[in-house]
Amino acid sequence: MEDFILKKIESIDKNFTYCMNRVVITGMGIYSTIGKNVEEVKQSLYTGRSGIGFDPERKKMGFRSALTGIIEKPNLKGKLKRRQRVGLAEEGEYAYIATVEALKQAKIDQNFLDKIDVGILYGNDSSAKSVVESYDLLKEKKDTTLLGSGAIFQSMNSTISMNLSTIFKLRGINLTVSAACASGSHAIGMGYFLIRSGLQDIVICGGGQEINYHSMGSFDGLSAFSVREDKPEKACRPFDRDRDGLVPSGGAATLVIESYESAIKRGAPILAEVIGYGFSSNGDHISVPNVEGPAKSLEMALKNASIQANQIDYINAHATSTPVGDLNEAQAINKIFGQTKPWVSSTKSMTGHEMWMGGASEIIYSILMMHDSFVAPNINFENPDEHSAKLKIAAETIKNHNIDIFLSNSFGFGGTNSTLIVKKIK
Amino acid sequence: MENQEIIAKVNDLLIDEFELEEEQLVPAANLKETLEIDSLDYVDLVVIIERNFGFKVKGEDFANIKTLHDFYEYIIKHAKSN
Repeated sequence: MEDFILKKIESIDKNFTYCMNRVVITGMGIYSTIGKNVEEVKQSLYTGRSGIGFDPERKKMGFRSALTGIIEKPNLKGKLKRRQRVGLAEEGEYAYIATVEALKQAKIDQNFLDKIDVGILYGNDSSAKSVVESYDLLKEKKDTTLLGSGAIFQSMNSTISMNLSTIFKLRGINLTVSAACASGSHAIGMGYFLIRSGLQDIVICGGGQEINYHSMGSFDGLSAFSVREDKPEKACRPFDRDRDGLVPSGGAATLVIESYESAIKRGAPILAEVIGYGFSSNGDHISVPNVEGPAKSLEMALKNASIQANQIDYINAHATSTPVGDLNEAQAINKIFGQTKPWVSSTKSMTGHEMWMGGASEIIYSILMMHDSFVAPNINFENPDEHSAKLKIAAETIKNHNIDIFLSNSFGFGGTNSTLIVKKIK
Repeated sequence: MENQEIIAKVNDLLIDEFELEEEQLVPAANLKETLEIDSLDYVDLVVIIERNFGFKVKGEDFANIKTLHDFYEYIIKHAKSN
């Protein structure tokens, strides 16, 4: 009898459905190529506005493709003290702005942060520009004491969590999640685990991504980027038969995630509930995704959420507009959702590939769709290929479509896969 | 540069780059306690001095610079001999 009970507890534990805290989202903030705040972004998603352009500087640097997301560089003088700004790299600036917006919505001010141990788990996987500039200065000056006090704090992968935890005086979990293009998604997943288990009540999660040629040169060298330079807004075409590569982009997105109990107790707005997280590793090629790994991540998320495939109303696909990546994801989606055919779109068609930011921003994009009952278009989807033809892809904005539950995929180099499932709170 | 010019330039740099207020810049002001210039700020001071006055500060020199007046004297001495 004892064996039976122990085995039962073990199997319940594996599904993480045993007496664990519910996890809700109480704040969102974003600084993106399609909008500098949540409201602007919502308008862009609804109208199918592209944030992609052409950067002539990349051509001068010998890039095969000068296409990139275009973002306005912020000026934080007056908003942050010098000491707070000096260690912030570009992606840290975006993350700061996004986090201010998210905390405001979550009704969390500095007094609150001084009393409660709020944590931060932020996705980021590079800070290349800062490293390059520091190195160039060293070569010029041949004296490390002339590099300035901010250089080291800007240059590290953990620059965002390091700086934001200092600026906001956070005292909970504090680290950066680096998992390539799945960083932002895994950051939310890890936060979800901490809150489920009761180790944290509130975690600031997100993803940030620098936009500059310093960080993208070697990636461009893989010939992975689209070269449709004559029409930048048409270049990123996930699932389309004539796609020829991704377009790098960036910015930052922050979500405040919290235990349901904590949110109710303090009267925080509850925007949505994270009900499932799945992950896997392909154990295969370092850059070419397979089908089995992503499918496993999808299946694990559904199991973790204790829902069936037919309960998913919308899938925000990872699809980056690469020939093989989109092909394999289409097969993975079809394997699990072939019968139920939910609406599918890749918002990367508008934003470009936000990389370390993407997993977090795409949750925000999907929540905005859920709140306003629309499916943002997978723009530039003009002709399907053999596998995307089997999916129900939203080539245009689908209006008046109720989304109770959505699923968001993020896959990264090294075969790291992450899937999140989010539900509407009625 | 004359002494007064050097003092004016130092004040401008402290206002622009370090975002201090003009009224804080009294000669008796203690760099650490009153002007809140901390150890990381000293690293940036070295950069700013080199860029604007053309000489390199030695780390150990800061040990003897307690007040703004000490700082003015230090810059005047080294900027003029440069």
